[in-house]
Formats: sequence, C-alpha cells, structure tokens
Amino acid sequence: MVRLARDGRSIPEPTPVTAPFFKAAADGRFLLQTCPRDGAFFYPRARCPKCWRADWSWAEASGQGKIHAFTIDRIGHDPTQKELAPFVIALVDLEEGPRAVAQIVECEAEAVRAGMPVKAVFDLFQPADGGDPTPILRFRPAA
Amino acid sequence: MGKRAAAIAGVSEWKPARRWDEAMFDLDAFARLGAELIDDSGLDRADVDGFCVVGAREAPALAPSAVAEHLGLRSRFNERVDLGGATPAGMVWRAAAAIEVGICQAVLVMCPAIPRPSQQARDRPQTSSRPVYMGGDAWGSPQAQFEVPAGLVGATPSYAMIARLYMETFGLDEATLAKIAVEQRYNALANPDAIFYGRPITVDEVLASPMIADPLKLLEIVMPCFGGAAVLVTSADLARRARHRPAMISGFGEEMTHRSLTSMPDLLDSPVRGAAARAFAMAGTTPAAMDSAQIYDCYTITVLRSLEDAGFCRVGEGGAFVREHDFRYDGDFPVNTNGGQLGFGQAGISGGMTHVIEAVRQIQGRAGQRQQRKCDLAFVNGNGGMMSEQVSLILEGA
Repeated sequence: MVRLARDGRSIPEPTPVTAPFFKAAADGRFLLQTCPRDGAFFYPRARCPKCWRADWSWAEASGQGKIHAFTIDRIGHDPTQKELAPFVIALVDLEEGPRAVAQIVECEAEAVRAGMPVKAVFDLFQPADGGDPTPILRFRPAA
Repeated sequence: MGKRAAAIAGVSEWKPARRWDEAMFDLDAFARLGAELIDDSGLDRADVDGFCVVGAREAPALAPSAVAEHLGLRSRFNERVDLGGATPAGMVWRAAAAIEVGICQAVLVMCPAIPRPSQQARDRPQTSSRPVYMGGDAWGSPQAQFEVPAGLVGATPSYAMIARLYMETFGLDEATLAKIAVEQRYNALANPDAIFYGRPITVDEVLASPMIADPLKLLEIVMPCFGGAAVLVTSADLARRARHRPAMISGFGEEMTHRSLTSMPDLLDSPVRGAAARAFAMAGTTPAAMDSAQIYDCYTITVLRSLEDAGFCRVGEGGAFVREHDFRYDGDFPVNTNGGQLGFGQAGISGGMTHVIEAVRQIQGRAGQRQQRKCDLAFVNGNGGMMSEQVSLILEGA
C-alpha cells in the first residue's frame, strides 16, 4: 500500500534510511550521498551501490540537471494520479552524476524536450494519515 | 550443436480470454496443466520428478512443498522463479540445467493466470498490494518513495521513454513501430486461439489509436487477459520417447542490471545483449541461422530493441530492419508467428510462455495454418519488468 496525501495522490513514506533526504527536502534542500571512492549516488540507501561500504556522507546538490528521457503519461498509470493526467514523467541526469525520476512542472507538456536544463523543486503535500508535510521531488525548466 | 541434454517434450496452452468463468485455485490449476502435459507428451506421470512455478496464491509461503503435496509428487527439483515476463523462459533453462547435472529428468513448468474462487473479495477493504505497482508499493522499497510519487508506475511509461529516446537518437518513425503490430496481427489472424483472431488492423489504425504514453499508442500495447500455459522439460532420452519431435534446449542465457528504468545503465543497451550472446555461443549458432524468432512483445518497441540487442541487426538499425523484413509467418523473417502477445493476448505470467510454446509448435510442425515452411532453429526471448529481466533460449528440432 502506498501512502496517500489528503488530495488522494501517492506520497513517499520516509524510512530510517531515507529520512535525512526527506527532512532536508522539506526545507527545499536536495541532499545526495557521496561515497569517498565511487562518488554521488541516488536514491538514498544504507550502503554505496558500487563498493557496498557505508562510509559515505551527505552533501547538498545543486538541484540542476538535464532531461535524459521523458514521456507524457496521458492516462495516469498510477491509480492515485489518474485525475492529474496528462503529466510529464522524466529521467533527469543531475549535475553531480546520478539519475532521478520526477514529473516536470511549470512547463507545457508539449514543450518538454530531451536535453532541456531543469531545476529541482520540492512540493509539500499533507499526508492523509496526519504527520508532517511530505515533499515530492519535481523539476521545472531552469531559468 | 550446443547443449543437447534437455528438451521440451510437451506443451499446454489455454485459449486466452478477457473473462474467465471457471475460477480455480493455483494448486488445482497445476494439476490440470500437469495432466495436459502428460497427455500432450505421451510420457508417463511417474517420470515427473520436478517442477517450476511462480508460487501459489493459496500458499504464499512454502509454495514448493504445497505443490509437491497437492500433486502427489516425490520431487527432486522444486523451484520458484520471479523474473516478471521472463519467468517462463527462466524456468525452462533452470529445468534444463537441473536435468543436465543429473538432479532430475522431467520438470513441469507451469504458469496459470486465471481468477481464483472468490472470498467475497469485493466486500473487503483493499489492504494488499495493487498489481500495477508490481510490489513497488511495499514499505521501504525505493519504488514506493522515489518512483510511484513521480508517476512511474506500471510498465508503459518506462517503455514509452525508451521508445521516445530511441526515436530522438536514431530517427525512428511511428509508422515503422506500427508495422510490427500490424504484421503480428496478421499472424494472429491465422491463429483461432488468438484474442484478436478475425480482427485485422492497418498501420493507419495503429497510428490513429489513442495515445497512452507518448509515443506509444493503444494498439502497440498488449491486451491483458486470462489464460495459462505450461511445458514439460525432460532429458533428451525421455524426449525421444515422446509423441512429438523434441525441441532441444541447445542454448540459454540470462542477465539483469536493474528493476526500475531510472537505474537502467543505458536505456538503449539492454541486458538482452549478454543473455542472447551467451545463448548463441552455448548453442554454437548465430542470429542469421534462426528460422524463427519469438520475441517478448509487451510493446512494439520491445520487439525492435530486443532484435537489436540479440544481434539480428545493429543498435540504431532496428527501424531499417523492420522496414526491410516481413515478420509474417509466411514472410522472410517470421517473428511472433502466433500473433505474439500483441495479437494473442497477455495472460499474466503465462504471457511469456506463449513465445516458448510457439517456437516448439513451429519446430514440431503443429502450428496449423501459420506453420512456417521450415523451422528447425528458433530464438526465444523472455523480457521482464522495464527491459530488466532478460532470458534468451535457442530451441532446436531433434
């Protein structure tokens, strides 16, 4: 079961591993883990996906990236986001290297292009089960 | 050539349907499929000493022993496989490998996908996982936290991103992708069991069908339905005593790198490449030698990309390959001759088995109106998730 916002859409449910990411994101900061040997990685996890060691540290990312690939979801494949369709889902290559997936906002769907520079934004949603507002990562066209 | 230790000696495939009136527990479905495999192969039930299943909904834990008990087996190879759409092909090589090392001699590989008897399911609150999330809504999963909120759910948006990137990178046009759906539909018109039997389509109709996730349109996407399929994998010795020509499992390979498209190392270089290369090397053969290609086809783009990575053409030349070849069963390069899942229907986990079974039918000369003039060597590819789980098989008539 996914966790739902008051407006019915699915929102992230932080875990002990990912809580620092979501806590910073709620303040608009994009934290990335960086391994001393293998560099930055994303999504957050307890160990580096390359060397499997745990001596990484959090560092604030620029939030800048470029769209690698995207689609316009015309029907809302997530049952909780059907009424929000159409929307753009994109794979975004972050300036620091890792790739993230997110919706593109503040841009007409038909105007989105591969290679487009984008900037991370975190929008807050009220969980239906109470608790703190929860951030969802999105990207908007970079100014 | 290649491995000659194991073969497919019998098949069973249920006609797919949008509605399925005869609800059945998975354990009972296994017994029915098992009986049908014995009938088709002409072998003895007492020969059976192993099985592969996805699991059984009425035995969410300890499924293998539940299967052995329910089928009255004293079984030596009791395998549960979890590879999405590649599951059936993955089961076939695991059975063949177990037979080759001498663990067992006859393995039931069974994939039913039908409704089970109702427990007033409609009255219960929804507390379990929704199938569309494919387990990605489990607490703590990366998907639940970083993908579902982004809307990356189901498979279609992921394959759409691959298709769109491919078009931008190599200049593929939408009509070329549509041609794949049209030629597979032609094949389905020669298969009375196909869900789209009797319903031809044109390239224009594919292009005019509703856009689901750009650039993929409705008629480029599989139709979900109910059904079931199974094969009997046996030692070569046993297979030679079976009723039909054995389809030897002469090569296989498996590879994966990611679960989600976001973590796929290169959207235009899939694990098909490694899986197929090892399958061809093991079989001592090449793509050019294949008489038939049965390619997992959840979408049109999956067929094009799989053919490229399997080595039938170079990456980036898939569009030209599709335009220059005729994928119909009576064409120069027969692909998905029973209609594929696009034309036959995708009955859940058994969807991937239709490619295995069609290759066997063509090799055995049992494909009816759509029988190829010659089929001694067939390539089968199983694809799961987001071009993630990849299993390639080479089947060869004995």
